[in-house]
Amino acid sequence: MAFVDTLMNGTENSFKPESLSALQKVTLRAVVMSFLFYGLAALEGMLMRGAEVNPGLPPVFNDPAHFFSMMTVHPIVGLFGSTYQLVFAAFTFLIPFLTKKPLYSTKLANATWLLITIGTAASWIGAFVWHYAPLYTLYWPLPADTQQFSLIGGIVFIVGVALIMVGTLGFIYNVYSTIFARVGVHANKTTKELLISGFGVDGLLNLINKLRGKQPYTKEPALSLPVVAIFRGTVDTFLDALVILGAGVLVLVYLIAEAGGVDLDVSAVDALLYKNFFWWGLDLVADGLVLIYVAGSWYLLATIITGQKLFMENVARAALMLELLVSWMVWSHHLLADQGQPEMMKLISGEMVTAFELLTQGLALFITLMTLWKARPLKMTNELKYLLAGLVGFGLAVPAGIIQADMAMNRVLHNTQWIIGAHVHIAILVGLYMTLYSVVYVLWPLVTNNAKLYSQKLANTHFWLHLIGGIGMGASMGMAGLGGMLRRHFYMNGEYSSYMIVAAIFGSMLLLAWVIFLYNIIMSLGVKGLIGIFMPANNDISSYGLEEEEAKA
Amino acid sequence: MTFETSLELLSFHWVAYTVYSLLIISIIAWFAYNLTRETKAKSIVRIPFYGYISFLVAAGVGHHMFTYNAVPWVEQDITRHNLTADRTFDISIKNQVFTLPKEKMTAKYGEQVMFNVHSEDLVYGFGLFRDDNTMVMQMQVNPGTKNDILWTFKECGNFHMLSTEYSGPAGAKIRIDNAFSVTGCDKGDV
Repeated sequence: MAFVDTLMNGTENSFKPESLSALQKVTLRAVVMSFLFYGLAALEGMLMRGAEVNPGLPPVFNDPAHFFSMMTVHPIVGLFGSTYQLVFAAFTFLIPFLTKKPLYSTKLANATWLLITIGTAASWIGAFVWHYAPLYTLYWPLPADTQQFSLIGGIVFIVGVALIMVGTLGFIYNVYSTIFARVGVHANKTTKELLISGFGVDGLLNLINKLRGKQPYTKEPALSLPVVAIFRGTVDTFLDALVILGAGVLVLVYLIAEAGGVDLDVSAVDALLYKNFFWWGLDLVADGLVLIYVAGSWYLLATIITGQKLFMENVARAALMLELLVSWMVWSHHLLADQGQPEMMKLISGEMVTAFELLTQGLALFITLMTLWKARPLKMTNELKYLLAGLVGFGLAVPAGIIQADMAMNRVLHNTQWIIGAHVHIAILVGLYMTLYSVVYVLWPLVTNNAKLYSQKLANTHFWLHLIGGIGMGASMGMAGLGGMLRRHFYMNGEYSSYMIVAAIFGSMLLLAWVIFLYNIIMSLGVKGLIGIFMPANNDISSYGLEEEEAKA
Repeated sequence: MTFETSLELLSFHWVAYTVYSLLIISIIAWFAYNLTRETKAKSIVRIPFYGYISFLVAAGVGHHMFTYNAVPWVEQDITRHNLTADRTFDISIKNQVFTLPKEKMTAKYGEQVMFNVHSEDLVYGFGLFRDDNTMVMQMQVNPGTKNDILWTFKECGNFHMLSTEYSGPAGAKIRIDNAFSVTGCDKGDV
C-alpha cells in the first residue's frame, strides 16, 4: 500500500502542484514532454540498431521505407521534441530567476511547449503513417520527390517542422522581451547597455582596459554571464529557426503545387547552394546554440555549486562574443566532401575557423574546471557529478568533430558512423544531457517547491548507466564508422552486426537509465502531482522570489 | 610519416583517438576525485593559461598541417584540376541506378585515377569499399555541379561501390560488387 500511496501522491506527499506558480508549471510541463520524447527517440534508436543486426525484426520487417522513416524522425523527436524543450524550459525559468524580472509572457511560454509538442507529433505521424523519409538533412530535391514519397505525408511532416520552428520563435520572443524589459534591476538601463552586455562587449572592453592599465569599462555588467550566454545562443537559435522555416516553406511550395497539379522544376533550386544555406542554419544548432548554451550552463552551474564568482569572467564574456563570429562561419566543414564547393571555403570555413571551436569550447571547459578547483573541497552532489560528466562528454565529442573537419580525414570519414556516434551522440547524450541533468537537479527544489527526491540510489544508478551507456554506444558507433559503416545506409546483410550488438548493449543501458530516471521522478512527484502540473495554475506569477522580496520591502 | 592508404590513416587515428579519450576521461576523473578531498591536492603540473590557449591553437591548426603533409590525397585533391590522370572514368546516376563505363573499370598500382560522377536527379554519394567493407574514399554527388575525385591507388584488389549519401529508401540497395579493381602489386601480376 505504501508503494501505491507513493506512486499516486509522491514521496512523503511533499509535492503540491497547487502551490506552483504559472512560471513553475510551464517549466515543468515542457520538462515532462521533453523526457517523454527522449524515451521515444531512445526507443527508435534501439529499433534501428536492432534492424541493422537483423533487418527482419519488428517494426522494420526488411522494409527500408520504414527504417528510413524512423531515421527521419529520430533527430526531430530527439533534438526538437526533447532537447529543445528541455533547454527552453530551463531558460524560461532561469531568465526571470537570474534577471530578477518577471517572464514577459507565461501564455507565450505555454504556446511554445504546445507548438513544439504538436509539431513533433505531426512530423512523427507524417513519417510513421506515410513513410515520408527525406531525413533531417532535407537535401534538395529529395523532400519534393513525390515519385518516392507520399504528398500528404510530406505536407504533414513539413507542417510539423514549421510548427516546431514557430514555437521556437515564440521562445525567442519571450527571452528577448524579458531581457530587454526595463523593469526591476534594469529599470534604468538603456537598450544599448543591455545589448553591449548581451554580446559580451563589456567583457572585451574590460580586458582591453586592463591590458592598457585603465579602469574597467564596467564593474557590474548589466547582464549576468549565464544570461549573456542565453542571449548570445538565442541569436543562433533565431537564425537557425529562420533557415529551417525557409527550407520548410520551399518544400511546402513544391508539394502544394504538386497537389494542385502544377509540376514545378526542382532544378530551379541549385542543390549545392541549398546545402550551403541549409548547413549554415543547421550548424548554428550544433556549433552555435549547443556550445554556447552549454558554456553558459556550465558557468551558471559552477557558480551555483561553488557559491563563488566565475574564474576569468571577462575572458568568458569575450569568448562568447568570439563564438558569435566562429559559429556563423564554420558551416563548410559539412561540405568538405562536396567537390563543387570552392576549395578556399573548405580551407577557411571548413578547416581553420572550425578549429577555433576547439579554442572556445576548451576555454569554457578550463574556466569551469578552474572555478570548481578553486572552491575545493566540494561535496559530490548530483549537480556536480552530472556537470563533470557533461564536461567529459564534450571533452570527447568536440575533438572527434574537429578531427573530421579536415580534408584528409573527411575523405574517409564523411557520412560514416564516426561522426554520428563519436561526435554527435556523445556530444548530445553525454555532453548536453549530463549538463541538462545537472541543471534539472539544481532547479529541482526551485521549480517543485522542495519536493523530496524518491531515491538517491536510483539517481546514482541513472548517472552511471547513462554515462557508461552513452560513451559506450557512441564509441561503438564510432568504431563501426572507422570500419566503413555509413550513417545513412540500411545494412541488410549484417555487415556490421558485431559493432551494432555492442552498441545495442550500451544503448540498452541508456534506455534502462531513462526508465529508472522516469520511475524516480514519478515516485517523487506522484501520478497526481504529474497530472496537477498540467492543470491551470492558481496564480499568474511569472517570476521567482520577487514576490517575497517585494513583500519584505 | 606518410599514409599510403586510407586504412593506414584510420588505424593511426583509431590508436590516437583511443589514447586521447582515455586521457581526457582520466583527467576529469582525477579532478572529480580531488575536488571532494579534504586535503587539497597539489597540481601535478602547472600549466599557464596562455600555454593552454597556445596548445589549443597549435592542436587545431597543427592537425591540418600534419595531415596536409602526411596524407597524399589532400594536396592531390586541391590541385586535381592541374594534374593529369592516368585514367578517367565517367559514371552517371539516375533513379538510383549507377551507369558505369561499358568496359570494366581497372587501374594499375600507383596510377592516378579520375572518377567523374554525374547525377541527373538527386543528391547521391560515390564511395569505393574494400572486401572487408572498409572505405577507400568517397565524395558527395550533387546534381548540377561537377563531382570529380582524383585518387592514387596504392593498394590492389576488387572494390565495391556504394552511394555514400541517402537518396531515398531504394538507395539502401545501391551496391555494385567488383565495380573497380587495381592490379600490379605482385611481380607476376600484369
